[in-house]
Amino acid sequence: MRKLALIGNWAATPNLACIYHSLRHVAPMRIRELLFVGAAFCALVQPASAKTIAVSPGEGAQERLQEALIAAEPGDVVELAAGRFKLSDGLSLDVNKVTVKGQGGSVTILDFSGQQGAGEGLLVTSDDVVLKDFAVENSKGDGIKSKGADRIVYHKLRVEWTGGPLATNGAYGIYPVESKDVLIDSVFVRGASDAGIYVGQSRNIVVRHSTAVENVAGIEIENSFDADVHDNIATRNTGGVLVFDLPNLPQMGGHNVRIFDNIIVNNMTPNFAPKGNIVANVPTGTGVMVMANRRVEIFDNVIGENGTTNIMIVGYRFPFQDPKYDPLPREVSIWDNQHSRAGWDPKFRGGTEIAAAMGGSFPAIFWDGAGGSEYIPIIQDDVPALSLGLKDVAADTAMAQPAPLARATSRPAGLPAIVLPEAMEAAVR
Amino acid sequence: MRFVVPFVLAFAAAVATSAASDDPALVAIAGPQNPATLSAFGFFDGGAARPSSRLIPYELRTPLFSDYAAKQRFIYVPEGTQIGADADGKLIFPIGSALIKSFGYPAKSGGLNVIETRVLLHQAQGWVALPYVWRADGKDADLRVGGTRVPVTFAHVGNDLSVNYSVPNKNQCKQCHSAAGNIMPIGPVWQNMAFPRPADARAIVKAAPALARLQPYPKWDDSRTGSLDQRARQYLKVNCGHCHAPQGSASNSGLFLDGTAKGTAALGIGKRPVAAGRASGDLDFIIAPGQPDQSILIKRMGSSDPGIAMPELGRSTVHAEGVELLRQWIAAMPSNTH
Repeated sequence: MRKLALIGNWAATPNLACIYHSLRHVAPMRIRELLFVGAAFCALVQPASAKTIAVSPGEGAQERLQEALIAAEPGDVVELAAGRFKLSDGLSLDVNKVTVKGQGGSVTILDFSGQQGAGEGLLVTSDDVVLKDFAVENSKGDGIKSKGADRIVYHKLRVEWTGGPLATNGAYGIYPVESKDVLIDSVFVRGASDAGIYVGQSRNIVVRHSTAVENVAGIEIENSFDADVHDNIATRNTGGVLVFDLPNLPQMGGHNVRIFDNIIVNNMTPNFAPKGNIVANVPTGTGVMVMANRRVEIFDNVIGENGTTNIMIVGYRFPFQDPKYDPLPREVSIWDNQHSRAGWDPKFRGGTEIAAAMGGSFPAIFWDGAGGSEYIPIIQDDVPALSLGLKDVAADTAMAQPAPLARATSRPAGLPAIVLPEAMEAAVR
Repeated sequence: MRFVVPFVLAFAAAVATSAASDDPALVAIAGPQNPATLSAFGFFDGGAARPSSRLIPYELRTPLFSDYAAKQRFIYVPEGTQIGADADGKLIFPIGSALIKSFGYPAKSGGLNVIETRVLLHQAQGWVALPYVWRADGKDADLRVGGTRVPVTFAHVGNDLSVNYSVPNKNQCKQCHSAAGNIMPIGPVWQNMAFPRPADARAIVKAAPALARLQPYPKWDDSRTGSLDQRARQYLKVNCGHCHAPQGSASNSGLFLDGTAKGTAALGIGKRPVAAGRASGDLDFIIAPGQPDQSILIKRMGSSDPGIAMPELGRSTVHAEGVELLRQWIAAMPSNTH
């Protein structure tokens, strides 16, 4: 590894909080010595200067790149040269304020086709990390996972299973979880056997300007609070955009999600998720699916050519024992979307019969009807919309008692836009 | 680095005045530089088979499975300091302590071919985990923060097994040894420990008398030490509970195998997968009571495909005996548990 350039400068001032922290653990020593020790440690954990660590593909790429990710200090850039890094194991980053940067998603490629261990290609567990301008190909599990990584930025990345949609592909392409402030901008994801872009158990999230192709779920926001999903393209997935909430997880009660200005078309790839996964239940040909969330807004999207339906609002249908979990969706608002063809081949029990009864086509918007009128979605789009009239969230859809949903004449005030810390926006400028 | 040098000198001076001993381990453990070679600590006298008399050897009644590697475990505490314990039996080590664990396979000629020695160093600001890989001549080991893989063939119940043994990188050490983002020891819980030198156990109990009242945990493979349920749960706790804990690396799964699960779902019984992906293998539940073949837990523990295998690290081969224990445990569950 070579240190290329000095960028910026940090003062090597001892950090008082850090010294305090050291003191708590060193009771037997004398106080004067303690201050010396504390100052020495804390000075050392402050970066003397930010630097760039350059890593090239070739012999020993696994160990050289992993060592660079370990040696990096806050403020550093790990710069990946163009070329194909043939990796034998997962990579991980656990240092705050590090940028990992390639030369572009088509030329700097982290190739995990020979991966022998770890549940993902790249794992990030530190805060204020920026990942940009590289690709992750054919990881055995997830592509890039970040866990408990606040203020993470994913920018201009490509995560791809190059064989296209296969059940043997990894689950998630881009996978931030348990994080606050997440920005996913201008990424391309293809082939995930679960969700291409998956944000789980997080809060304050923006997914934008990204493309999800040939995944089971294109983009999924799950058990998360406060998300904007906008200006994305979700096409040729099984389902385009999913907003889910599931029981038995540390963070539940997903709410405040806006889906707007997206193009969500032709999501007709047959569901290739292994059964048992929740997305294995997504009917092929779904545009947007909202399950068990509160306050979801869907507006100004172009949605069409989805064989089951364009927008589906349903409860969580499986048995659960979790008194804190609410299986029903509520306060879902839909307006000003531009719809094209939908519902010519609904892939769920009873769907074909309902379509036949309606003149051959299932409506562009439907709600399962569970919970009754208190839960009725507010729909202002000028397309047919239907309630399945299910008495109970777990009732068989083949027992539906469909009834049209009237267009709403008003809707509540919209949710505010998500605002991310300025440094995150600066990282993608 | 020129800012740093005066602090290093100040630090070295502070250590020197507070430590009467000339034990090299004191300086090597204190940091902040990670020693490039294991010999800098003075833990071994020129080879993994010759531990220093300053080390306290210990064993675990139920150990973590690591590709059938044999492990040799030691504790180092600075002279004049003592090991303590909390009410749950978790040992508390003074600053300047180290936990040392060597991994290897039986040599054809007898003895152990040690591949690597991992150290957990208790520095003033917290624990640090470092992997050292032994040289071919076995005389010293070198720091390998990026980890590596070493092909190994060994005899196991009459057959030769070959594995691509994984020396973890420094971050992977933390993946398992992590609680709320900080590095922590996992193994040294009194009820799961055994000391080949009785005097070591007596000294620890003398310093922490409450330990004497704690009952030993079952050995996973010895039915005389606990019921099937107790042994299976202990196996899960040791092999899975470091990540599958509310503060662990797998907290987001909601599957807690560290003994903290309240209710059956958090233990996996009747729980649907969340982020398992293809690892669910067309199955619906982590544990389907009475049906080990329908349980994702068994499927993942029985696979060595990195996209499926659990645990995710340190396992390139299947622990057949461990899987069998858990199969029996699940098979014995009444199928209406959930």
